[in-house]
Amino acid sequence: MKTARRGATGSARRAPAAKARGGIGHNAAALSDADRLGLFKSMARIREFEDQVHRSYLEGLVHGTTHLCQGQEAVSVGAAKPLREDDFVSYTYRGHGHCLARGMEMENAFAELFGRSTGVCQGLGGSMHLQDIERGLIGSFGIVGAGMPVAVGAGLTAQLNGRGQVSMSFFGDGACNIGAFHESLNIAQVWKLPVLFVCENNLYGEFTRINHTTPFEDLVQRAAGYAMNAVAVDGNDVEAVYAAVEPAVARAREGGGPTFIECKTYRHRGHSRTDPAKYRPQEELDAWLKRDPLILYRARLKELKLLTDREADQISADARAAAQAAAQRAAAAPWPDKDQDFMAKVYV
Amino acid sequence: METTYREALRQALDDAMTADSAITLLGEEVGRYGGAYGVTKGLLEKFGKERVIDAPISEAGIVGAAVGAAMTGLRPVAELMYVDFIGLAMDQVANQAAKIRYMFGGQIGVPMVLRAPCGTGRSGGAQHSQSLEAWILHMPGLRLAMPGTVSDAYHLLRAALRLPDPVVFIEHKALYVRKGELDTQRMDAPWGRAIMRRGGRDATIVAYSRMVHRALEAAEALAADGISAEVIDLRTLNPLDMETVSASVARTGRALVASEGHLTGGAAAEIAAQIQEACFDWLEEPILRLAAEDVPVPVSPALEAASVPTAESIARTVRRMVHR
Ligand SMILES: Cc1ncc(C[n+]2csc(CCOP(=O)(O)OP(=O)(O)O)c2C)c(N)n1
Ligand SMILES: [Mg+2]
Repeated sequence: MKTARRGATGSARRAPAAKARGGIGHNAAALSDADRLGLFKSMARIREFEDQVHRSYLEGLVHGTTHLCQGQEAVSVGAAKPLREDDFVSYTYRGHGHCLARGMEMENAFAELFGRSTGVCQGLGGSMHLQDIERGLIGSFGIVGAGMPVAVGAGLTAQLNGRGQVSMSFFGDGACNIGAFHESLNIAQVWKLPVLFVCENNLYGEFTRINHTTPFEDLVQRAAGYAMNAVAVDGNDVEAVYAAVEPAVARAREGGGPTFIECKTYRHRGHSRTDPAKYRPQEELDAWLKRDPLILYRARLKELKLLTDREADQISADARAAAQAAAQRAAAAPWPDKDQDFMAKVYV
Repeated sequence: METTYREALRQALDDAMTADSAITLLGEEVGRYGGAYGVTKGLLEKFGKERVIDAPISEAGIVGAAVGAAMTGLRPVAELMYVDFIGLAMDQVANQAAKIRYMFGGQIGVPMVLRAPCGTGRSGGAQHSQSLEAWILHMPGLRLAMPGTVSDAYHLLRAALRLPDPVVFIEHKALYVRKGELDTQRMDAPWGRAIMRRGGRDATIVAYSRMVHRALEAAEALAADGISAEVIDLRTLNPLDMETVSASVARTGRALVASEGHLTGGAAAEIAAQIQEACFDWLEEPILRLAAEDVPVPVSPALEAASVPTAESIARTVRRMVHR
């Protein structure tokens, strides 16, 4: 256990800007061997799900656009780890990973992307709008930044409930330029709400690199304007993400208020659909591909003697098979019935 | 010359920017990428980054900056990637741009154009498929153009870029690839006038934007049944050319208004009310509206398609009106 504890916090310290403003206060709770294997499996599951979404998209099964998160799995998995079942999580159109990290069934997720009646939202929402209230997944918002004030509201509920719940809001670097972002940080800070603002800084908003739209790349700096506790971590190191988020969650549960967590990461694929992402320099992409969160964590678990290459490959192969089977079942599911479902969910 | 709706819009911006150096484009991905739907492709290279400006994801800031620039001598064209995002900029649109001329006693106008695509057909879901023209129509002070043809895409945009007041210019996503004739020297009708796209005796179908094409398809199908339907394309909703609409309805005695916006409180309701006021004595039948269902746009393809009027539903409704 002692080794595990050093591992978790050690990797946070290795991250580029781990000792950003405010600091976090205490070390993350230790991860067990089983926890670690769980983190790896969860990331592999998301990776294989997304790869399957891509294949299904090419087969014409996905209706509407889709935004994949390969390369960013460590953020959703590492940040979700310290959460309780009764916490609230909100995310964006690039939200498949966050849903799977909280245990959403692949089949119902695929069915939603395929517009089928067995989808998590009965085929009404699509890839950009996944929700699973039972799992505290309060929604993926298609409007950039729109989830943030909503997350603040969930934080208000959590505060008034008095049961130590927290609200976690995932959003991108691009969202940091939307008015709602600024209003959300300010309100959360002045009301001392238990909100975790998890910024997935993948350096791009659609086809534009951050330096064209934002005066600095270290978005953790944004928090300073709101006197908010903040930390920046290597978002491709799942334990670093966990180590940064866990104490922030603990602090929020105890009434210590919000924390801004910048996770530096990268999306392997284009913005959406089949965007070939030609606007990214090859060297930049190559450097990040080498830092694939699954490759990094596999190496770490091998070092800890928790996993062999063969076992890791098997985990991925199993996840791939599960994703394929789930997609197949989803593709065979019935379409929503036009007459029955059409108006049903606007009001109750 | 045959071209596409998208290319006609691009050509209009290109020609207008060449003619008027005050015209400046701003929006997300309008420069290097060439616009979310490719309308501004090549303009950055041609006019430079001072006049084709890539903006952060900040709709309120973009539209607000357009308002301020318009008040002080530029003629900005702001682009929203989807009309659905107008919610983020609505204060600047409705409380600032729309009111500045009147509220300040007519000292200054806000000569800007806000371009945005609307409409269903791509399974874009509830937040990327709407038709929100009713929000604009409701607001005094805003002009509103919704071109349905290639020629209008060009000419209405050129005309909007000569007006002294703010224009919301709503394009339809499904029309970008549509082909049609364009003569840059000849406009079908002046800004603010509706056009009869097909003559008929038995009923008038009033439409705009994509619904013009669905109405024409419906009229074709109706003709096979011996029903002669007239199709009026409004082109602009503000100004709303009730003269042309009323003249048609007075002749046919029946009116159906087709719109892709929601039914309740929608543009079709306003048009129907004005027809009723102007044409009551000539009406054989109640005026009918066909519009989007009062539901958020669902993503599942069959549901999405069923949520808006189609050529079939338009033809069916006219048939019912005529045979009653
Ligand atoms: C208010 C608003 N403006 C524009 C868009 C179109 N859009 C969708 S995703 C996106 C980029 C967002 O970038 P970022 O926040 O970095 O998230 P990422 O896609 O990288 O996950 C844009 C501009 C939108 N959905 N909502
Ligand atoms: Mg981004």
